[in-house]
Amino acid sequence: MSSATAILLTAVGVASACALLGSFLILRRMAMMSDAISHAILPGLVVGYFLANGPNLLAGFLGAAAAAALTVTLVEALRRTRLVDGGAAIGIVFPAMFALGTVAVTRFFADVHLDTDAILFGNIEFVNFDRLIVGDRDLGPRSLWVMGALGVINLGFVAIFYKELKLTTFDPGLAATLGFSPVLLHYALMLVLSVTSVGAFTAVGAVLVIALVIVPAATAYLLTDRLALMIGLSVAVGAVSAVAGYQAAVALDASIAGSIVSATGVCFALALLLSPSHGLVAKAWRAGRNRTRFAAEMLLVHLVNHEGTAAYETERRVGHLREELRWTAATTDGAVSAATRRGWVVRAGDRLALTEPGRHVAQEALAR
Amino acid sequence: MIAPPTSSTPPIPPVAHPTPSPQRAVPPVAAVGTPAVSIRDLTVAYRDKPVLWDVELEIPAGSLTAIIGPNGAGKSTLIKAALGLVPVAAGTIEFFGKAYDRQRRIVGYVPQRSSVDWEFPTDALDVVTMGTYGKLGWLKRPGRAERDLAARCLEQVGMAAFARRQISQLSGGQQQRVFLARALAQDAELYFMDEPFAGVDATTERAIVELLRELRARGKTVVCVHHDLESAPDYFDRLVLLNVRVIADGSFPETFTPENLARTYGGRMHLLAQRFDGAGAPS
Repeated sequence: MSSATAILLTAVGVASACALLGSFLILRRMAMMSDAISHAILPGLVVGYFLANGPNLLAGFLGAAAAAALTVTLVEALRRTRLVDGGAAIGIVFPAMFALGTVAVTRFFADVHLDTDAILFGNIEFVNFDRLIVGDRDLGPRSLWVMGALGVINLGFVAIFYKELKLTTFDPGLAATLGFSPVLLHYALMLVLSVTSVGAFTAVGAVLVIALVIVPAATAYLLTDRLALMIGLSVAVGAVSAVAGYQAAVALDASIAGSIVSATGVCFALALLLSPSHGLVAKAWRAGRNRTRFAAEMLLVHLVNHEGTAAYETERRVGHLREELRWTAATTDGAVSAATRRGWVVRAGDRLALTEPGRHVAQEALAR
Repeated sequence: MIAPPTSSTPPIPPVAHPTPSPQRAVPPVAAVGTPAVSIRDLTVAYRDKPVLWDVELEIPAGSLTAIIGPNGAGKSTLIKAALGLVPVAAGTIEFFGKAYDRQRRIVGYVPQRSSVDWEFPTDALDVVTMGTYGKLGWLKRPGRAERDLAARCLEQVGMAAFARRQISQLSGGQQQRVFLARALAQDAELYFMDEPFAGVDATTERAIVELLRELRARGKTVVCVHHDLESAPDYFDRLVLLNVRVIADGSFPETFTPENLARTYGGRMHLLAQRFDGAGAPS
């Protein structure tokens, strides 16, 4: 396998594994928790390596999981004192854990490849040099195996506990009364997230893990109203970003991790602007259409109110609308043309006349 | 002699009974005369501030009971404590003579509408299907039978046309009816409802009242946190007046007296008295 393929596959694996969990974190309003965990696992990783006398993968995972559990517990405990709020509790715990980790790294691993650069930005560029060797067979890049395994674990976790995760996320109260412990599922999710973070950490570093977890899911949230589809779309956005980001990094001779995360940002921006259901463009278009329709309705109601009165001949003149209703020329033209186009009024010169459908729409608007 | 509470009267054949099987899914729950809810010496406190003080309560099976009291009286807390959602400082709670852990499946819960995020990416039918999760247990997925049951429950609250509607696009009243349909899908014997009438439109209010009556006709027990004194005597058979302690507990009209209300609402009673003069004072 070439180095490029190894990097690309690892990147897709990292992005997909992270994106699988993002939807639940967003819907639980716990996006920042993934940032906390990806930083706070560092001291656990260091202690694990220290005890195992070198960068042993299993020791790293166990240490990281322990550190993550400690972080989640500390955040919960701080929050429960009611002296600091949830966001502040996270903000207090994770930098302390991360700082502890960096001190430990510089003290114990000054000569090992676990350096601060790798911690912050990962080292996916060198993925092909760290091989998984069983016996004397070379099975390929180790990170690829790790991320593949994590992807399978996360997919299994989300697929098997889909019903339980959905219920405890949407309505923890009901979940508890039905016998599905929200606390248990919370810790299970945090455990899976922390294990995923260890894998993602080596690829993209502590700073950027949150982007791979949260941004694809946030993008998918703008595109669909179905949870299962949201999870699927998150994975797709993550994978597409990994591929596009890698290509961009090669073309620009820039950081791969940085490019991948930038690509997720581009996906999010595109969804924010262009999503047919929640996008800003669609929203602005709908708001404009509603404004025009409402202006046309105001016009109809105005005509209905004056129909049959002595002043009707004046009231139904287009020029009069500008004076009396204090509408701008643009609003008046918009309303008149919208009402004519829909067949609600007919226009003869400067005069407007209600049609039967127009009268009906006016009555409906008045009854609303 | 042990017999189910409903065995003495033949079950009323409902038009749209949501039980999937013709047989009652629930085994006999208790001996005749066992109250549906029995609460003894219940105290709930946040730190050392009591929210409920030594509450004693018996709610007979097959009744519609309103829990009424001022803000901060502990009405919601009473329900949550009964369902194990808030820690209890002291006391015993039994449903049909047994602890909640053994009766989970026959106890339904309708939380306050504001307790969930209605922007959640799902539709009305899916939310109602969640009511069946308890009987499904861990890992088993809802299938055809569960979705059909959920669809029938939605129909029963007049929401069949909205089954596939994203829940954030429902009005407040429609959302409340989705919650009630979900409780129906739980197919419980005893329902706890937290302010189901709060902020709903007239159509929904009528639908809820009809539903409560049908549940009673089927021998179910409903305990409902309620906020409106005027409608309470029309909608419910029994009243619990609560303000940290139980002020009165029994059937209308014996509990619904100005003295009891004054003791429940304290200094704010003069406002209530004005409302009652307009709406026909209780005996």
